[in-house]
Order: sequence, then structure tokens, then C-alpha cells
Amino acid sequence: MPPGITLAAEAPQLSAANTGFMLICSALVMLMTPGLAFFYGGMVRVKSTLNMLMMSFISLGIVTLLWVLYGFSLAFGTDIGSLIGWTPDFVGLSGIGRDQLWDGYTIPVFVFAVFQLMFAVITPALISGALADRVKFTAWALFITLWATVVYFPVAHWVWGAGGWLFEMGVIDFAGGTAVHINAGAAALGVILVIGKRVGFKKDLMRPHSLPLVMLGAGLLWFGWFGFNAGSWLGNDDGVGAAMFVNTQVATAAAMLAWLAYEKIRHGAFTTLGAASGAVAGLVAITPSGGSCSPLGAIAIGAVAGLLCAMAVGLKYRFGYDDSLDVVGVHLVGGVIGSLLVGLFATGGVQSDAKGLFYGGGFEQLGKQATGVFAVLGYSLVVSAVLAFVLDRTIGMRVGEDDEISGIDQVEHAETAYEFSGAGGGTAPRKAPSAPNPAGTAATAPQTDKKVDV
Amino acid sequence: MKLITAVVKPHRLDEIKEALQAFGIHGLTVTEASGYGRQRGHTEVYRGAEYTVDLVPKIRIEVLVEDDDAEQLIDVIVKAARTGKIGDGKVWSVPVDTAVRVRTGERGPDAL
Repeated sequence: MPPGITLAAEAPQLSAANTGFMLICSALVMLMTPGLAFFYGGMVRVKSTLNMLMMSFISLGIVTLLWVLYGFSLAFGTDIGSLIGWTPDFVGLSGIGRDQLWDGYTIPVFVFAVFQLMFAVITPALISGALADRVKFTAWALFITLWATVVYFPVAHWVWGAGGWLFEMGVIDFAGGTAVHINAGAAALGVILVIGKRVGFKKDLMRPHSLPLVMLGAGLLWFGWFGFNAGSWLGNDDGVGAAMFVNTQVATAAAMLAWLAYEKIRHGAFTTLGAASGAVAGLVAITPSGGSCSPLGAIAIGAVAGLLCAMAVGLKYRFGYDDSLDVVGVHLVGGVIGSLLVGLFATGGVQSDAKGLFYGGGFEQLGKQATGVFAVLGYSLVVSAVLAFVLDRTIGMRVGEDDEISGIDQVEHAETAYEFSGAGGGTAPRKAPSAPNPAGTAATAPQTDKKVDV
Repeated sequence: MKLITAVVKPHRLDEIKEALQAFGIHGLTVTEASGYGRQRGHTEVYRGAEYTVDLVPKIRIEVLVEDDDAEQLIDVIVKAARTGKIGDGKVWSVPVDTAVRVRTGERGPDAL
């Protein structure tokens, strides 16, 4: 410390580097939601592509406003009873100065708020993959409004908020394995148990309509995930963010290879969908654990997640629940694996001092992790099922069977994703679009010296 | 007149077109089709779920010819379409009562 600097000066100062880094990370996390939309959109049939894209995209609209209005306050406001937060100044982000720093960090509150906003946006969007082809768009919009309010905001407070009961217990959830992936996966399971299967589940061919879109989406998710994970240290002064970046990359690589190896042995082919799915499974699993494990630990975590998620996606056929795009099989299972493995692979001294079983920490951290996993899993599963049940009994959650069969895009969005009409090129518009009518040109003939045929 | 229809593998289209031109055929119609024969389709795997895809992509080529040319033309198409592997397709002919060139109103062999 230079002479003459008093202790008071040790209060964190705004760091331009960290602030810039976190704004970029926030933008990267934002890109994950459209990435997810493409990941899911390619996996559905042609007739419901747009609905799948929109179910993710609408979260950017709805949850953004909820977050600013009251979500940030509920999740990260002053703790009330270890269950929820509330700070009136956070409502509408109205009482926050532009240069006011997030408590104990070197970045403005606004930066922390937008970074966390992007997590709040993508989490409900993750659920939508389980509901492909069959949910009314209005019901979905209402569902995510309610779900974000009564599930995501409180759970984010439990896991990350100062005073939240899981946070205080010492549960490690670096970037959202519990609050994001287990939360969304359990919610997906809760909702599909209420709304039921797609028409033709297990009978009709429901193969993905565009694997290139799936790969594009998976690539964008992988890219955005660096912001998700590396940004979760809220700065880059001490290398934890960089370690997290490395762990994110290696775990994802290991998971992709593990999924592909399983597929080759079990089904005889290395599929594109398997590569994309394995990558996402690895990203999910390293999310809670990457801040506390070594790169070799990350490889092990990724490989275990890739293998077990590849096995888990078949469960829906065995048990007969229609998790359309495997939100349970990838996000819930991957999140549980990653969160529990923290209890084995935490090296101590990185994100927290807690050590896992393999590093001499005994079973203590594993027990804490299991508490976090099952608390969030149970709460999200039950409350999501109740929300879906209430919506189903009031406004109805599902489109009509005929509409589902003919395609939800047309009935819910009055659009279709692709133009296939080779003969004649489609139909004339029912209402003629009005011609552009620049001022002053409407009533006058074109002024030209050339002879014009009339 | 005869209508010769060939349902064959899509990638043989260029060879068949060249063979038809060499034979002196002036026009043909090609449509995308799907179907299966004795071999049925193939299996695809998506996240472990195996789908049997019965209908595989084919093209359907239709040519109108005079009666005398029909047998020879069938041979030409078969030769151009053949790969020797399963799923090469079928060629058949049916009698045609009338054919009219829309632009001129010519009928019968003159319309070909």
C-alpha cells in the first residue's frame, strides 16, 4: 500500500477494465437466448419452427421488464428471512446512481443488474424446449411472467443473494447450475407432467428439421457461455475468470466427445445432434463447478455429464413423458451432475475454500451441494406444475389438437418458417399492401422528357 | 404414343438427360418424388431414438414418345439409371390417347 493512503481508500473503486469486461460478458450471455432459440428451433419439425424461436425470444421482452420493475429487487435486494430480497431503490432501478458500485465489487450496480438480467432471461427460455409444438403462446407468456416471479427470482436469491439460505449454507453454484439449469429442468418436468404429450408422441416421426440450425445454436450457446461462466466472478483481477474460461472449454470438449463415443458404441454413428447435445451437456455441468475445479477436474466433469446425459435422454421413451427436446435429460441431469460433482472436485482456494471429497474435504461439501440440488429441484418442480395446472384450468395451456397437427406456427403466429410452394410461388395477399406513397408524388404524373407509353 | 415414366435415384438425372438427348428426345418432365421398393428405407438416429425412414428421395421422369421408340427408349433410360445397387428404381410405359402442343394446337406425334 503506498504511504499516505488511508484504509478508507481501500473501499473498491470503479474499475474500467472490470466494467468493460462485464458489459461484454453481459452481451455474450444475451446472445445465448437467441442461440438457444436456434438450438431448439432446428430440433422441431418445420411446422413449429417459429413458435420454438419465439418461445425463447419473448423471454427477452417479458423478463427484461419484470427484472427492471421488481425482479432485481426480489433476487438481489436486502434479504428478508433468507427467502427473498427487497430493496425499494432497486424497483425500476430508480434509486441507483450510475457510478454506484455493486457491494464489494468494482463494477457499477447497473452492470451487475444487466449481467444477472441475462441469466433471468435465458432460464425460462430453457424450459420451452420441453413444450415444443403444443402450448398456446399467450399461456406461455403468462407462464414465464408468473414463473420468473415466484420461482426464478426467489431461487436466485436463495442461491446467490446475500442472506439467501443456500448461499449462507455454503452451496457452491458458480454460474447457475442450480439456479438456472436444475431450476429450468425441474420446471420443464413439472409442466409436461401437467400438459401431457405431443399428439403422435412415440408414433410419428419427430426428427429435427434442420440440424445446421441446431449446430448454429449450439455454437452460439458455447460462445455466449464464456460470458456466462467467466463473467460470474464479476471481474478479472485475480485469474478466476480466466480459469473458468479454460474449464468451460475443456469440459465442453470432453462432454461432446463422451456423448459421441456413447452414440457410436450404442447406435453405430457419430451424429451431429449428439455433438451439439454433448457440448450443451458439458456447458451445463461445468456451470456450477467450473469456479472450483481444476482443468483436469473439468475434463472429468464434462465426460461424466456427456455420458450420463446421453443415456438420460432415452428415459422419456421408457417412462412415457414427452420432454420434447430433452430439457430434463440435458439441463436437469447435467445441472445435477455438475452441482454434485462440486462436492468431489472442488480444489479449495479458488472460488471458495471449500474442498471436495477428492481433495480431502470429506463429504461436507457434497452434502451441501445435494441440499441445494434437491431444494431447488423440488420447489421448482412443484410450483411449476401448480402454475401450469392453474393456467391449464383457466385459459388453457394447449392449442387444439387439429392446430397442433397442422402446425402451431400458422395458428399462433400467422406465419410459417419457410416458403415451399414451388408451383405458383404462394398466394396473393388477402389485403393488398399499400404502396409507398412519398409526399408530393401521388397525384402528379412522372416528370420526364421521355415518351411514356400509357 | 406412349408415356414412359421412370422413378429413379436423383443423382442419375444428369446421365439420363444426356442419354435422352443423344437418343433425340426433345422434352421431358422431372418431378421430385419419394417412395420405397423392396429394400424399404433406412434408419436414422436422433439422440438415441431410432427412426425408420420408409420414404426415400427419388425423381420421377416422364417422357412422351412414339410407339416405335418406346422399347428402345426404356432400355436407354434403364442403362443410364442403373448403378447396380439396391433402390435403382423402376421404368414403365403406358399408352397415351392424345397429346396436344398447347402453343400451336398440333396433335398426336406432331405435338411431341
